[in-house]
Amino acid sequence: MLRQLQQIAQWFDDRLHLTKLFASTAGHRVPKSSGSWFYVFGSGTMLCLMLQLVTGTCLAFVYVPSADEAYTTLEYLTYEQPLGWYLRALHYWGSNFMLGIMSLHMAQVFLFGAYKYPRELTWITGVLLLFVTLGLAFTGQVMRFDQDAYWGLGIGTAIMGRVPVIGADLVNLMLAGPIIAGETLSRFFTLHVFILPGTILALIGVHLRLVLTKGINEYPKPGVPVQRETYVEEYEKLVEKEGVAFVPGAISKDLYFSAFVMFAIATCAAVFGPKGPEGVPDPTYIQTAPQPDFFFLWVYSVAALLPPYTETVVLLVGPAVGVLALLALPFISNTGEKSARRRPVAVLTVLVAFLGLGLLTWAGLTSPWSPHMQAWTSDPTPAAFVKGRSPLELQGALVLQNKQCRNCHALDGVGGHRGPDLSTVATRLTRDQLVRQVIQGGGNMPAYGKNLSPAEVDALVAFMMTLHPANELPARDATLSARRSP
Amino acid sequence: MSDTTSYPTKTGSECCCKGSSRRGFFLTLGVGLNVVAGSLLAVPILGYVLSSFRRQAPGQWISLGPVGQFPSGTTRLATYRNPVHRPWDGKTADIPCWVRSIDGSKFQVFAINCAHLGCPVRWFEQSRLFLCPCHGGAYYEDGSRASGPPPRGLFEYAYKVEKGALWVKGGFIPTLARPLSDA
Repeated sequence: MLRQLQQIAQWFDDRLHLTKLFASTAGHRVPKSSGSWFYVFGSGTMLCLMLQLVTGTCLAFVYVPSADEAYTTLEYLTYEQPLGWYLRALHYWGSNFMLGIMSLHMAQVFLFGAYKYPRELTWITGVLLLFVTLGLAFTGQVMRFDQDAYWGLGIGTAIMGRVPVIGADLVNLMLAGPIIAGETLSRFFTLHVFILPGTILALIGVHLRLVLTKGINEYPKPGVPVQRETYVEEYEKLVEKEGVAFVPGAISKDLYFSAFVMFAIATCAAVFGPKGPEGVPDPTYIQTAPQPDFFFLWVYSVAALLPPYTETVVLLVGPAVGVLALLALPFISNTGEKSARRRPVAVLTVLVAFLGLGLLTWAGLTSPWSPHMQAWTSDPTPAAFVKGRSPLELQGALVLQNKQCRNCHALDGVGGHRGPDLSTVATRLTRDQLVRQVIQGGGNMPAYGKNLSPAEVDALVAFMMTLHPANELPARDATLSARRSP
Repeated sequence: MSDTTSYPTKTGSECCCKGSSRRGFFLTLGVGLNVVAGSLLAVPILGYVLSSFRRQAPGQWISLGPVGQFPSGTTRLATYRNPVHRPWDGKTADIPCWVRSIDGSKFQVFAINCAHLGCPVRWFEQSRLFLCPCHGGAYYEDGSRASGPPPRGLFEYAYKVEKGALWVKGGFIPTLARPLSDA
């Protein structure tokens, strides 16, 4: 019996050359030092991709990419299809994990100098994989065809519309028509389901082939620089002398990490569930405050924080410069030290990049620049701010509320945060300065001169003059008091 | 992965004989035929995919309904069905816009899209401002930029009053590259 099984196995091996295939791929020899915890992120990213392919295919069983019906099928998937909510959650969390682990992978190969000679192409295909993954993330956000998806496309349209000369044509190409509608969704569906996954698989093929032909980076030692003349020979010697077969010699940490990632995705999906869909994508319903998904929040922040006159240049030239810099990196720094211990600039770059993206994302989550559109009707005036005030001042408090000032200005931390909190405004501006600011605006505030009667301005400013701590005097015009004092 | 099967091949010296130039000719011809046939297929495929990479037809006049819906001194949301639409567009082809009636016969009609990044602006009657929920762009009642990141005022439709109805010229999403004045 066992003999027969062996014979069958041998028959297949003879036809398919499986042993040889294994020896030249999974069983290829790698430096023993590469079996490290730092080397698990590449396989982790690929695991996420495999999971995305499976869950995405499952979702496509039910999802209908029609502007008219996509939302209905999303609701059906989420609330009626057995386990549909879980598959949606797995796909959503899988994408978050994929981008997260991919970033770690990128930081690791950067810090370990893995992009240097002779692995330039490995890095370049990796950079391309990053962009395709970001493309999948953006188009995936559109698949969840709700209000955020609709207005997210609107933001993409507005950015495209800033391209000089061919902007209007690019908008048409992106939307497949003059407006965001049925053909737009079909277009993004094709990108998300056919074109980008096909591209990503092809690129992974090249990426992995390069890992086989050029070998995986050895764990770098400080003081051992890469030299073009000797590196390949030394690497081959290293692999020969103290190399192990990747399977089974160096794969165990990848396996632990893979299991961890799967547990994590399954848990996040079960605990937090899928995202949205949030609101029918009906453009005539304008009571909406669109926000992009987590991984694009930093772009949203950049768009809010840039000075307006730099915006077009930064939004269009910035990405191009970023792409070029990433692609040029292996040629700019082709040889030399690999170890992060001898490359302080590299360490700093990674720290600044992660801190920058992290802070911008955090800013995007709180988005202090967005007015609170309902604050004027929903946020009460704190009792302490009206207690003991004169009728005129109380009238001013009403003006502050009724004229939507609260949408941008908080009282005691409650309200919009686009403008300064007014709780202690009297300590910062004198009466005359307050009047001027209200009437003329400026510093990101509209002028209210045309929309407030003199009586309303009087009342409003009288109220604001009371906004100072009990033990702190309101601001005074220094020149006036100087003239009066003698 | 490695290919162990080997086929009998001609050695280098044999390649220089007449037979091989004949073979070379047929190889070139074969490649050439495939290039021609491939292009023949590629042209319509690319034409199909890139067909939207052209400016669409100019804007069309669209009715927003009777003028009476827009009393003097008000700014109201109006919606219209986009003139270019597909049967499967659903609600996405219903486009909103802000109609400001200055005196019942003079109007201003603004696109819903903020000039900054296209988010839907909202009208606040009390402070007579349009505010954008995304990055806080603000516009005065006449559509001019008040504050915030927008590089210009709201996009404004050309309008006319005909047969008691208010008409606007549009049909596409306005952007900085193609504002509604291009309609």
